Amino acid sequence: MSQTIRIKKGLDIRLVGEAEKVTTSVASKVYAVKPTDFHGVVPKMMVKPGENIKAGAPLFYSKEYPEIKFCSPVSGEIAEIRRGEKRRILEIVILADDKIEYEEFKPSEGSAEEIKEVLLNSGLWPFFKRRPYDVVAWPTDQPVNLFISGFDTEALTADQEFALRGEEKYFQKGLDILGKLINGPVYLGVHEKHNTEEIFRNATGVEIKTFSGPHPSGVVGIQINHVAPVNKGEVSWTIKPLGVVAIGKLFMEGKVDLSRTVAVGGSKINKPQYVKSMYGAQVKNLVVDNIDREDTRLISGGVLTGTQVSEDGFLGFYDNSLAAIPEGNQTEFFGWLLPGLDKLSLSKTFLSWLMPLKPYDLNTNLHGEHRAIVMAGEYDKVFPMDILPEHLIKSFITKDLEKMEQLGVYEVAPEDFALCEFVCTSKLNLQEIVRDSLDLAIEELG
Amino acid sequence: MKDFLAKYRPNFEKGGKYEKLMPLFGTIDTFLYVPDHTTKSGSHVRDAIDLKRTMIVVVIALVPALLFGIWNAGHQHYVFSGEYLDMAEGFWPKVWYGIQKIVPLIVVSYAFGLGTEFVFATRKGHALHEGYLVSGMLIPLCVPIDIPLWMLALSAIFAVVIGKEIFGGTGMNIINIALTARAFLFFAYPTKMSGDKVWVGDLPDGVSGATALGELALTVPLDKTSPEVTSVVDKFGAAGDFSMMNSFIGNIPGSVGETSALAILIGAAILMFTGIGSWRIIISSFIGGLLMGFIFNLVGANAYMDLPPVHQLLLGGFLFGVVFMATDPVTGARTNTGQWIYGFFAGFFSILVRVFNPAYPEGVMMAILFMNIMAPLIDHYVVEANIKKRLKRIKVASA
Repeated sequence: MSQTIRIKKGLDIRLVGEAEKVTTSVASKVYAVKPTDFHGVVPKMMVKPGENIKAGAPLFYSKEYPEIKFCSPVSGEIAEIRRGEKRRILEIVILADDKIEYEEFKPSEGSAEEIKEVLLNSGLWPFFKRRPYDVVAWPTDQPVNLFISGFDTEALTADQEFALRGEEKYFQKGLDILGKLINGPVYLGVHEKHNTEEIFRNATGVEIKTFSGPHPSGVVGIQINHVAPVNKGEVSWTIKPLGVVAIGKLFMEGKVDLSRTVAVGGSKINKPQYVKSMYGAQVKNLVVDNIDREDTRLISGGVLTGTQVSEDGFLGFYDNSLAAIPEGNQTEFFGWLLPGLDKLSLSKTFLSWLMPLKPYDLNTNLHGEHRAIVMAGEYDKVFPMDILPEHLIKSFITKDLEKMEQLGVYEVAPEDFALCEFVCTSKLNLQEIVRDSLDLAIEELG
Repeated sequence: MKDFLAKYRPNFEKGGKYEKLMPLFGTIDTFLYVPDHTTKSGSHVRDAIDLKRTMIVVVIALVPALLFGIWNAGHQHYVFSGEYLDMAEGFWPKVWYGIQKIVPLIVVSYAFGLGTEFVFATRKGHALHEGYLVSGMLIPLCVPIDIPLWMLALSAIFAVVIGKEIFGGTGMNIINIALTARAFLFFAYPTKMSGDKVWVGDLPDGVSGATALGELALTVPLDKTSPEVTSVVDKFGAAGDFSMMNSFIGNIPGSVGETSALAILIGAAILMFTGIGSWRIIISSFIGGLLMGFIFNLVGANAYMDLPPVHQLLLGGFLFGVVFMATDPVTGARTNTGQWIYGFFAGFFSILVRVFNPAYPEGVMMAILFMNIMAPLIDHYVVEANIKKRLKRIKVASA
């Protein structure tokens, strides 16, 4: 095995309500596909309300790249197309059949071109994301490599090995397919301590890179930066393990099966556990009565990067975790002056540093107000990339395209800055700043 | 209390009776209660730290120096008037005397500094930003004990307006606020602030003693063997007034908060441990100061140069400056590499200026102000190095 890549900078945020390793199964009646999961994609509808569709049938395609189709996870009737402001499509709601019928595919794995076509048509293509810009991969890309992170270090996310138990053969098949598709190395990141099972460690046809250290070592962008940083003009792709499994299933069984095991955790969940469910499942069905509803925020995805959802909302395309944490909508008397034994901070300004291993019950309070950037070197402490985070952020804020390019705009994604956003004393919304700037860069730098 | 604030809030909100005073209300409100703002997207949970917490930690780190300064004011007074000569004697009278002297300085500094900030905050329509919490404590600690209050008030106003607000407020300033105030006093009222003469006690004829650095400065033009010089050098010997031990403990005359190395080092430890102050700047400025002191030892052209490097660091405002002022994140270097360079030269120049230009005994003020100006340039080169590395990577990849 190759050398371990040590990530030193970072912070493991331990939260109350880590999902226990028990799995239950739930059925959802209502499912939805959210075009908003796919940043930058303008959906063009291919179905109408009332139509009956099978699982794996395309629902819409991308306006910019019509080859990319987005599929339904279940069979059933299109109940509603929910729109937001300016008639933007938010959710395509599907009433599921009791027994799922699958669209049949006869995938051929002869050449990279054939694989590509199958993936585009089956709606699994969006699992690929591209660096630069962290958007759904473009069909025109010629990626130099592909990265898979085999572990999540973010608070309350799923243990990928546990979530994929029983899917080992599909995962390996998926890797084989990826090896044929990508004209370059496929890297699989594993963690020295977190990855103990064979599914990732014994994977073949990939280059395994071992990491150690705290969050964000599991964030794929950090792994790319340490293994093969993205240069100007190059494209790297990334995919999550559950995407690899879905691709494996498609090529072994000829169907699009987007079922997944979801970690449901957080201090507001009575019994944190794993739930067997499906992409697009309604949150209500994932939590059932296993939740304290008072002042609760539900998040599809990790607590640092996920999307806020309501109980009527749906599980995102890339997510296999759901977190329920308390809302922090209360004021606190002299909160900035108290010793703060229950307050987590990277700095040792609260006495909580006395208990480094205690899990915290953090809420969504901002703990302050927006300010100009004052503290220096704060992002540096939790940003293990060969990039100057503060200066890159400043070039983003000032929309200085030349500086952005020089300082590494091609290498970053919003999620890479999640921990910086967490520690920011000035309470800047860094992920939003990064996302907006990447969008600007797509337009201006191409 | 909460209900009280909630009751009066509408008066200050848009359209209310005192709409213009919303910043004032907002400041008091957020001072008492951490606001109920929640995250919208992105990272749903946040670090508990905010700027108020950051600033209060710095103020806490200043407390040892402040308390020592209060005691020392009394100590100097009584020693000069011939009472309670021993350090252990007359603790309470000394403290009481010090409180009478120093509390007014703090009150005036905060009253006028914050007052000025309020005027600007109200004009701009935002709540008061926290920067002055620290500046307001630093200013009284780095001035002579007998400074007239009106001078202090003027310098606080000057520092806030010229040092900070014209650049856009907290986080935008180029040079350290407290140093701006001190530099203002230094150049506008040199007779009070030259740093060589110092207040030692209230006497009708306004007699003043000399600071350690002032005494040393006298030796520069003189021959090393002259009797004047030997008498000064004796003061820095083990039994003298300015011995290594006394400089470390701080029972010597000087500005309010600067004399005790011990108290300042406690503050430095707090800053470094909590991660609020940059340990890189503090450590590297010590290295810079020691190195310059060592070089002077080698040259040894006069008695000032002969002073042991550690003793150099303990005297005057060096420690106070590099620990509490050079570490100001806004005006210091922001990159990690830059902080090493910045701190090193701040320390280096402090000692250099102090010895080479006896008219400026407080070299540390000049050195830090100079490095404040240089900090963006240092960072610029660090950033350029990162850019070059990235360009090089492309060339390797495409070659």
